[in-house]
Amino acid sequence: MERNPGCGNALTLIYTSLEEESMPPILEVKELVKKYGDFTAVKGISFDIQEGEIFSLLGPNGAGKTTTISMLSTLYVPTAGEATIGGHSVTKEPMAVRKVIGVVPQDLALYEDLTARENLVFWGQMYGLSGKDLNTRIDEVLEQIGLTDRAKERVKAYSGGMKRRVNIGVGLLHKPRLLFMDEPTVGIDPQSRRSILDSVKDLNKQGMTVLYTTHYMEEAQELSDRVGIIDHGELIALGTQAELTRQVGENETLILHIGEDEDSEALAKSLKGIPGVLQATATLANHQGQVDHEVSVIAREAEEILAPVVTKANERGIKIHSVDISEPNLEAVFLHLTGRALRD
Amino acid sequence: MKKLFLIGFKDVKLIFRDRAALTFMLLAPFLLTLGMGFVTGQLGGGSSSGISQIQVLVVNQDDGQLGEALVEVLQSEDLSDLLLSTLVTDPETARTQVDADQAAAAVIIPTGFTDSVIPADGQIPSGDAAQIEVYKNPTTPVSAGVVLAIVEEFISRVETGRVGGEVIVTQLLAAGLITPEQINMIAMELGQRQANLVEEDPAIRLDSAESGQEAQDFNPMAYMAPGLALMFLMFTVSNGGRSILAERALGTLPRLFISPTNSAQVLIGKIFGVYITGVAQMLILILASSLIFGIQWGDPLGVLLLILFAVFGATGWGMLITALARTPGQVSNIGTAIMLTFGILGGSFFPISAMPDWFTWISKITPNAWGLDGFSILALGGSLFDLSAPIIGLLAMGIILFVVSMLFFRRHSLVQK
Repeated sequence: MERNPGCGNALTLIYTSLEEESMPPILEVKELVKKYGDFTAVKGISFDIQEGEIFSLLGPNGAGKTTTISMLSTLYVPTAGEATIGGHSVTKEPMAVRKVIGVVPQDLALYEDLTARENLVFWGQMYGLSGKDLNTRIDEVLEQIGLTDRAKERVKAYSGGMKRRVNIGVGLLHKPRLLFMDEPTVGIDPQSRRSILDSVKDLNKQGMTVLYTTHYMEEAQELSDRVGIIDHGELIALGTQAELTRQVGENETLILHIGEDEDSEALAKSLKGIPGVLQATATLANHQGQVDHEVSVIAREAEEILAPVVTKANERGIKIHSVDISEPNLEAVFLHLTGRALRD
Repeated sequence: MKKLFLIGFKDVKLIFRDRAALTFMLLAPFLLTLGMGFVTGQLGGGSSSGISQIQVLVVNQDDGQLGEALVEVLQSEDLSDLLLSTLVTDPETARTQVDADQAAAAVIIPTGFTDSVIPADGQIPSGDAAQIEVYKNPTTPVSAGVVLAIVEEFISRVETGRVGGEVIVTQLLAAGLITPEQINMIAMELGQRQANLVEEDPAIRLDSAESGQEAQDFNPMAYMAPGLALMFLMFTVSNGGRSILAERALGTLPRLFISPTNSAQVLIGKIFGVYITGVAQMLILILASSLIFGIQWGDPLGVLLLILFAVFGATGWGMLITALARTPGQVSNIGTAIMLTFGILGGSFFPISAMPDWFTWISKITPNAWGLDGFSILALGGSLFDLSAPIIGLLAMGIILFVVSMLFFRRHSLVQK
């Protein structure tokens, strides 16, 4: 699929009120690049995060989110560019940076044959905690992640959601100023997901700055003060949600759900001729393992184009299973900027 | 430094919670030792005194003091439970009887053996001592190995006396303290003293004069148990190496690297964990075999020191395997292959002394061979001071392997990309 002309690779700079504050940002990223041989995973991204902010990096799988987090957390060495955290360079002062940050990796990074408490003890010690301070902090974290009663059970006996919570708990032990959370809700049940999102908001209320990566538009919308949209290693948009959705104006998105045997590409092409249709794109959406065939249509007034859209589909013999109309959101922004659905 | 220990002890805790690993580390060598004990008759109704009454044929063609001394050693009261020596006059008859499986070995002392060591004419010896032949029965390698060890120790002591005698006579002559005519008399006296020394201090003393311990039988279980323990030590060190790559795949190693812990501490901590696990495994196996099989391992301090160095050498191999492999599965596969190969090469299944010289040389690349040498020395009454060769061998092996491993680790960075 091709990028939307005019929006493609250019970073859309939107100045926010937060950036105008006088406090120096806790994180500053300048032209960060990561290459693996001929492949460039991150292509010179720049952004900053203010203390106390929840900043989301939103993008599809393979966009470069985890590589970015890995460079910022000092795990990978950037090919070019620079980043500072709490005033410390990630390349020149990695140990100082590690004391400022907490990291919740995308994949569980726990010792499953140890109990939750034993895991927290070990990781707390790795962050220099010991004695009474360590025990007190572990009790607080266990309370925070809701596992006080089951702290003495081995992690391998836990559900996926409980493991995720311990994974988060490890990242919180040393009370980091800046917490990196890399897709912490992937592969868990809705209840655990809700619990994690609430925890992020609570942590932020307590003053913790959060860099949150996700490919779920809903999570970015619910949590973030500001959002950076990343695709193919480039930061293609950056700003508050209001600023980003303004890019698609007052336009609405009409999502047509069709059968998997239907020619969604042909339908999307035919819909572009309807007056009022600004953009029409065939997409594949993955809803909890089930792949849905959809056509997303951006229009000024969704209701106005609904009848001609259905007519066009009927003319082509395509059966529409259901239709959703959504207000301007980050999904629409991504679609507008890339010509692809975020969920592709 | 503290984090290094924390990482190591965390790994020890994890390994002792892994039932599959424990089965291989502790149960398998223990059961194999038990099985071999039954096979060799050491357990389950066999003789209670270890391998005993080894049939040895002795052919003494020498008419000097040293030939007589060796015969007396082989027929001594100290070795009476272990050896059943029979004097035979003809070497060919002795070899035929060994071939017919009627004896474990034949010791053939050649004509002129004493004269080749202590010249009767008072001349300085030429340096080429006559060779004592130990004709071994290949179907009884353990028993034949015991006989060979006894004769080798005897020769070693005689050789020490011979060289000493040469030096003394040469020095006395050079200093003008004796005349050439007196050489014969002095040499005879030294020879007599040497023969008496060998008789008084038998080559294989099962009652150590130095330690004052009571006589003990040589129990071949004391050979099998360390052999198998050392073989399964190779499993432990390769399994420990596998855990480094497994932690990389599980994400805990990258998580360690982004904690305020430097990379060297993380890696050394992991290696420390492997080392401590290996030491714990060896200690448990040795303690269990002492209590259950009644194996006498010898000087406890020597045993401990030998364990520490054997595990060091073995850990070096574990790290090299890990540094060369790409995945945990590769470490397991290579580790298993090396465990079995080293088990064979290092003498875990049969004594290396029964094998050709080239085999003995190759075996020196294994911690098994050095370790078994050391454990045999201790089981036969040796002390801490007799362990210098195995300890130096294991130390050198460990250092070389660690240096090479670190070079490979640096090349194939574990996480930093």
